[in-house]
Amino acid sequence: MNGLHDMGGQQGYGSVAPDPEEPLFKAPWEARALALTLAMGAHGRWSLDRSRFARETLRPDQMVTLSYYHRWIAALEALMLDCGLVTEAELAGGPPETGGTPALRAGDVARVLAKGGPTLRDSARTPRFAPGDRVRAKVMHPKGHTRLPLYARGKPGEVVLYHGTHVFADASARGEDAPAEPLYAVRFSARSLWGDAAHERDSVTLDLWEPYLEPA
Amino acid sequence: MPHDHAQQDPPSEAELRVKALETLLVQKGLVDPAALDAIIETYRDHVGPQNGAQVIARAWTDPAYRRRLRQDATAAIAELGFVGRQGEHMVVVENSDRVHNLVVCTLCSCYPWPVLGLPPSWYKSAAYRARAVIDPRGVLAEFGVDIAPETDVQVWDSTAEIRYLVLPQRPDGTDGLSPHALAGLVTRDAMIGTGLVHAP
Repeated sequence: MNGLHDMGGQQGYGSVAPDPEEPLFKAPWEARALALTLAMGAHGRWSLDRSRFARETLRPDQMVTLSYYHRWIAALEALMLDCGLVTEAELAGGPPETGGTPALRAGDVARVLAKGGPTLRDSARTPRFAPGDRVRAKVMHPKGHTRLPLYARGKPGEVVLYHGTHVFADASARGEDAPAEPLYAVRFSARSLWGDAAHERDSVTLDLWEPYLEPA
Repeated sequence: MPHDHAQQDPPSEAELRVKALETLLVQKGLVDPAALDAIIETYRDHVGPQNGAQVIARAWTDPAYRRRLRQDATAAIAELGFVGRQGEHMVVVENSDRVHNLVVCTLCSCYPWPVLGLPPSWYKSAAYRARAVIDPRGVLAEFGVDIAPETDVQVWDSTAEIRYLVLPQRPDGTDGLSPHALAGLVTRDAMIGTGLVHAP
């Protein structure tokens, strides 16, 4: 989906303002928001890709005005509503209508975080491209989740790494158990992305699945 | 008595919303509150850039480890015990006199948690996500890093589940330092690419 989350190359956001004294969490509720998101994710009702899409499809005014972890909570509520884990009435302060079991117990946290969610899959697929190949990112505007940023679409680049076959984010966000797709690091010269004003030596490398690419 | 904003300001909408949600999910039995505490403790006390700094110091002092790190970063980093969520598939990119690497996630805030912990606000900010790809040298200058015109700036946009860690250049004048002392010089920003490592 073309949306406000796709920020690469946008202008007008000002300078980067690092704060060396910044605490890990600006307030205790931010830590709870992170932990709630991870603990509910452990129920396995949605993929990481679907949770990213939930954050991307918040209303545009929320994308701009809500803080980072506030967006996480808004997206978590939307996911739980979609999956029937909570009801509108419950979120509005009504009594619990259904019960359940925690997916993540305190004693399992270390093991579950250490396991993570690997996306590399065994596959008999032969990758279409190899490092050194010239490719072009397709021009496409899918309405769902995608990880091909606007700024790279239609641009020529060169495959620099092959990462193996990985869960395809676009399909995973739709909840599909689709085959893993070959994933490549593709390098684009800064000038091909941004024009002659860019530094001639610079480049941007993106990790792109095979369905995003065509031979150049 | 001093005025204490943290105590006296009313709770924000976000704070109330999170509290209400946690209460609901615990009442429904979907969340174990002790698990929330354990998650927070993990990222507050155990996972952070001190982990990545150990990886870098080892790479600087052990050529065989450096080779393993370049060939299979996930396995080499796991040797030091750093594994898991948001670090499942690691790639290390090495700075040199000819190449400076910079890592960003323009689409969200992907970041290598097991070696760097949770990302700082600036890494998640619109300004960084927007400009790191179109004006990397301008962003670097704001961090006090000036890159020579003859050096390539290679930006890595983390668009899939591969997570990138920058192997900074070891500063001159650190020959006699132990790996522990070297790790103490390695900053979070140097491992993202927005900083350089300096001799003490």
